[in-house]
Amino acid sequence: MPKQLNILFIIAALVAAMSFTAPAPSRLVLHFENYVGNLPLKLDSATYKNKLGQTYTVSKFKYYISNIRLCRKGNSSHLDTTVVDGYYLINEEDPASKEIVLKGLPDGKYSSITFTIGVDSLHNCSGAQTGALDPVNAMFWAWNTGYIFLKMEGKSPVSTSPGNLLEFHIGGYRTPYNCIRTITLNMNSVFPLADDVTVSVEIKADLAELFKTPTSIDFSKLSSVTDFHNATTIADNYKDMFSIKQ
Amino acid sequence: MFKKYLYISASIFLLVMSLAFIGDDKYWTITKEDVKLDFPKDFPKPIYDFKNNTPTPEGFTLGRKLFYDPILSKDSSISCGFCHQRIAAFAHIDHPISHGINGLLGKRNVPPLQNLIWEKEMMWDGGVNNLEVQPISPITNPVEMNEDMGTVIKKLQRSKVYTTMFKTAFGDTLITSQKLLRVLAQFTGLMISSNSRYDKYMRHEDTLSKTELHGLQLFRDKCAQCHKEPLFTDNTYRNNGIAYDSTFKDSGRIKITGDKKDFMKFRVPSLRNVEMTYPYMHDGRFRNLKQVLDHYTQSYTQASHADPILVKGISLTEQDKTDIIAFLKTLTDKTFLYDRRFADPNMVRY
Repeated sequence: MPKQLNILFIIAALVAAMSFTAPAPSRLVLHFENYVGNLPLKLDSATYKNKLGQTYTVSKFKYYISNIRLCRKGNSSHLDTTVVDGYYLINEEDPASKEIVLKGLPDGKYSSITFTIGVDSLHNCSGAQTGALDPVNAMFWAWNTGYIFLKMEGKSPVSTSPGNLLEFHIGGYRTPYNCIRTITLNMNSVFPLADDVTVSVEIKADLAELFKTPTSIDFSKLSSVTDFHNATTIADNYKDMFSIKQ
Repeated sequence: MFKKYLYISASIFLLVMSLAFIGDDKYWTITKEDVKLDFPKDFPKPIYDFKNNTPTPEGFTLGRKLFYDPILSKDSSISCGFCHQRIAAFAHIDHPISHGINGLLGKRNVPPLQNLIWEKEMMWDGGVNNLEVQPISPITNPVEMNEDMGTVIKKLQRSKVYTTMFKTAFGDTLITSQKLLRVLAQFTGLMISSNSRYDKYMRHEDTLSKTELHGLQLFRDKCAQCHKEPLFTDNTYRNNGIAYDSTFKDSGRIKITGDKKDFMKFRVPSLRNVEMTYPYMHDGRFRNLKQVLDHYTQSYTQASHADPILVKGISLTEQDKTDIIAFLKTLTDKTFLYDRRFADPNMVRY
């Protein structure tokens, strides 16, 4: 686990020079960067190996991030939490989607970030949605209503699926097949947010973790997950997929 | 002389035609009154309550057009109304299973569309949890309409007729899947059947025959535990003892919940308009109501999965069956079946 965290924070404008203009609201930019182990993810062109040494390629990697909560030190010793509404679909194919910009958060010194991978049960049952949750994004199961929280597709020569495909469509909000996982990432040092301040946090998502811990996935035995069968196994694996980038 | 006749006949022709058009207009025009939310007094509170989707004449009219437009399918061959026929309470009459795009066969019997806003879940296995998202299933199913939601939106956005209609309904020309799904919910959600002879009998507006009343009494004793009045379903899923079909390989609700107890469980369907929704069961295996009742009088000592209520079989004489069927036919709601609001606007009115 990365011990040392790296927060890039930039004082965007000089307050003195801008003293006569209204201050800009603070900006927190969460950059999601997809990796496979230590290598930045490359769709189609790169070949990776799972823990068992089986090779695979990746053609698609998308996942939902929601229910973002940021913790900061309040006036007393208590931690205040700011909850950010909104659902974000991080899609490797779409660079713009990998950047979540949160504007005008309360001023303060932030020490941790918590978020959900997936979509809460309420929004799995609320009918037709828009934005990231629009079913046109093809992250929606029509036959068993609900969002696909994470979609990874690719190929592996050992896969017994037609075309040697790998197909991991993970979702489900009902017990005991609930695949919603909550992740908390602590900062080693706090980052301050205030007017005119932009802070960037780089969050690394390691795709290799999908097939690694706690359950090592053998592609010759499991190459396709498209319903509740084995879904929570992968969900338990993606729970520790994220870290603040070194 | 000839000229005079020509004038007279031309005038009469024009008069008749214009009257016909006026009549037609009224037939097809959806008014505010037509989309008023007026739920039957004895029905429970609806589950889909139109909270964020108040029906409007413009929204409903657009929903109706979309429901009957094959543009929703990949090759513009199949509309919702293709399988959901008004005369069969929007089931597919005389089709055990339906055929979709390229003649491909599905594996389930088309359920009627009626009183949908009282359904907690939809489909035979309850896989769909909200009326608004229901259409995504047939639209994207490879053996039904086989279309991609994004492509549907693009096709509609290219159509001048649709951009105009969406503008009328929503105030802007931007078409989204949410708008599409919501107008469809306005149209299907207002499909309410509550004016059968049974309903009128319950409201003291009509009488039932002696046979029908005997059938009602038997029904209440022997069937109503699952087919609960007034919706004629208790909205549960049950295994009614029908054998697993090894060709369809359809094991029912277990596919949704992953719970072994749900093997071969299917929705308890409403019996409203049941006379028109033949054939019966999730795969349409029974041709008529007599076959259905014959099935329920069997016992299931061997079939360990059948619902406990049915294991011993329901005891009914042949006369009982005849009377129950007579009662079931009082659930046919002609007001609903011939409701002009739900007619296909592309069709000539007979």
